[in-house]
Amino acid sequence: MTNAIEAFELTRNFKDLVAVNGVNFTVGAGEIFGFLGPNGAGKTTTIKILATLLRPTSGRATVSGYDVVRQASNVRRAIGMVFQDQSLDDRLTAEENMLFHCVLYGVPRKDALTRMEELLDLVGLSIRRKDLVKTFSGGMKRRLELCRGLLHRPAVLFLDEPTLGLDPQTRSHIWEYIRTLHRELGTTVFLTTHYMEEAEVCDRIGIIDHGKIIALDSPSGLKRVVGGDVVIVKTSDKEALLAAARERFNLSGQLDDEMVYFETERGESFIPELVKAIPDILEVRLRQPTLEDVFLKLTGRAIRDTGSGKLDAMRIRRTVHQRRRQ
Amino acid sequence: MQAFFATVYIIWLRDVKRFTREGTRVLAMLGQPLLYLLIMGQGLRSAFKMNIPGFDYLSFVYPGVIGMSVLFTAIFSSVSIIWDKQFGFLKEVLVAPVPRAAIAMGKALGGSTTACLQGGILLILAPLAGVSLGLGQIIVLAGLMFIIAFSVASIGTLVAARMETMEGFHLIMNFLTLPMFLLSGAFFPLNTAPAWMQPLMRLDPLFYGVDALRNVIYADSPALSYVVAQTVTVDVLVLLAFSLVMIGLGMMSFSRTE
Ligand SMILES: Nc1ncnc2c1ncn2[C@@H]1O[C@H](COP(=O)(O)OP(=O)(O)OP(=O)(O)O)[C@@H](O)[C@H]1O
Ligand SMILES: [Mg+2]
Repeated sequence: MTNAIEAFELTRNFKDLVAVNGVNFTVGAGEIFGFLGPNGAGKTTTIKILATLLRPTSGRATVSGYDVVRQASNVRRAIGMVFQDQSLDDRLTAEENMLFHCVLYGVPRKDALTRMEELLDLVGLSIRRKDLVKTFSGGMKRRLELCRGLLHRPAVLFLDEPTLGLDPQTRSHIWEYIRTLHRELGTTVFLTTHYMEEAEVCDRIGIIDHGKIIALDSPSGLKRVVGGDVVIVKTSDKEALLAAARERFNLSGQLDDEMVYFETERGESFIPELVKAIPDILEVRLRQPTLEDVFLKLTGRAIRDTGSGKLDAMRIRRTVHQRRRQ
Repeated sequence: MQAFFATVYIIWLRDVKRFTREGTRVLAMLGQPLLYLLIMGQGLRSAFKMNIPGFDYLSFVYPGVIGMSVLFTAIFSSVSIIWDKQFGFLKEVLVAPVPRAAIAMGKALGGSTTACLQGGILLILAPLAGVSLGLGQIIVLAGLMFIIAFSVASIGTLVAARMETMEGFHLIMNFLTLPMFLLSGAFFPLNTAPAWMQPLMRLDPLFYGVDALRNVIYADSPALSYVVAQTVTVDVLVLLAFSLVMIGLGMMSFSRTE
C-alpha cells in the first residue's frame, strides 16, 4: 500500500523568509501523524502545500499517491481540511454551511442529511442548526468547522490546530469521533497542535522548528530523548542554581522564564540532595518527561516561549471568553 | 462538468440567500437611483423641453437610472469576493475538488441576479417616471437588465479576482464605475454629445445597456429614432460579446489563483 503522504525536501520561501526548509517525512495510510512546533515554525505552510493551496518553492510531495502540484485536483478529491483560521460563511446558517460543503464535494443529498444530523449531534450543535453562524461563539464555530471537514469522509484529513480554544469535554468528544473515523474508515489524519495531550494521541510526531523537522518518532520514542525524570525548580537566582548543580551533581539544567529544568535518572533521591546542597530553593516539582521537555531539550527553548506565543494565548482567551457568553 | 454546474449553482444560491436576508441594504441602495430620477429628472425636465413629439426628459432618464442602479449593485456584489478572501471563506472553495472557474461564473451570476431583483423594483415604479409598461415589455426589460448586470458583474469579478484588499478594489472600481455611469448616455443622448465624447461613449458597455432599455421603452414612440443610437439587437450582441470576454478572463484568473 502506498503512503498517504510523502514529502521530499519540501521547501517554501516567502521572499527572504524560509518558512519550510527542506522537510522530509512520510505518513503511512491510516496513521495519525502530528506536527508539533512553536508559532511560526512552518506548520500551516506545510499543511497548505500538502492541501494544494500553496506551491512549494522546491521539493515535492504526494498525497494519496498524487503529486500536490501536477495532480492537484486528484489530491483535493482525497482530502478534507480544517483550517486554522475561520472559514465559515457567518451570514449563512450552520445547516446551510454544511450543505454548501456537501454540494462542493458531491455528497448525495440523502447521505448529506444523515451525516449532518450525526455530526451536529456529536458536537452538540443540533439545536442551533437553523441559526446564522454569526450568532455563534468562537468555540461553537470551531466545532462546526470540524464537523464540516468530516462530512465527505476524506481519505486524508488535515487538521490545523483543530481544538484550539475548545473546552476539554468537547475536545475529547471530537477526538473520540476522529478516532472512530480513523478506526472504521481508515482515515489518515495529519494534524498540528499545541496541546501536548493531543500530540500523545498521535502514532508519530514530527517536531518542527524554524521550518525544519528536528525530531520524528513515536511519542514514547521522543520521550526517551529525555533521560529519566524531570525535576523542575523555582529559585530566586537561576544562574547560581545552574552553576551549583553543574559543580556538585554534574548536571546541566535548562532555563525558561521562571523555572530551571533538570533531567535525572533518579528524581526522588535527587530532590532531597539538591535541597540540602542549595538553600535558595522556593519550589520543586517532579514529573515524567513530556513532549514539552523534549522540545526544550532539542531547542533550548520552551515551546510557548517564542514571542508570538502571547498572540496564541490571546486567541485562546478570546474564544474562551466568547464561549462563556453563550 | 457536473461539478462545474453544481458549484456555479451553490455559489449563486449562497449570494441570493444572503441578499434576501439584507432587507435594509436593498432599500438603501434603491435610494440613490430614486433621487436621480426624481431630482435630476424633474429638475432638468423643463430645460430639456424639445420640439420632438413623444419626447419627455423624465421618461428619457428613466432607463438611464435603471442602468445606473444595475451598474452600482452588480459592481457592489463583487465586493463579496474580497470579503470571502479576507474572512477566509474562499479557502473552503479553493481546497474543494471543483473547477475554480466555476467560482467566477457563480459569483457573476449571483451578482447579476441580485442586481436584477433590485432593479426590478424600479420597473414597478415606472409610473413615477410617467412611463406605462405592458407585461411583455416588463419581461423583455428584465431580460435586458440581466444581461447588463452580467456584463458589469463580470468586470467586478475579474477585478476582485486579482485584488487582495478592499482599498485596492474600491480604488479600481471608483476609477471604472463613475466614467461608465457618466458616459452611458443616461442623462443625454449620444447625438447631442460633443464629437470627441461620442467614441468614448461607444466604448462604455453600459451605453449599449441603456440604449437597449430605451429601445424597448420607446418602442411605440415617434421619438424612438431620436433617443436611441442603434437597434436592440446590436446592443445585445455587443453586451454579450463584452460579457463573454470579461467572464472568460475572470474564469481564467480564478483558475490561476494559487
Ligand atoms: N503568506 C505569507 N506571506 C509571508 N510570510 C508568511 C506567509 N505565510 C506564512 N508566512 C511566514 O512563514 C512562517 C511560517 O508560518 P506558518 O503559518 O506556517 O507557521 P505555523 O507553524 O503555522 O505557526 P502558528 O503556530 O502560529 O500557526 C512565519 O514566519 C510566517 O510569518
Ligand atoms: Mg499555523
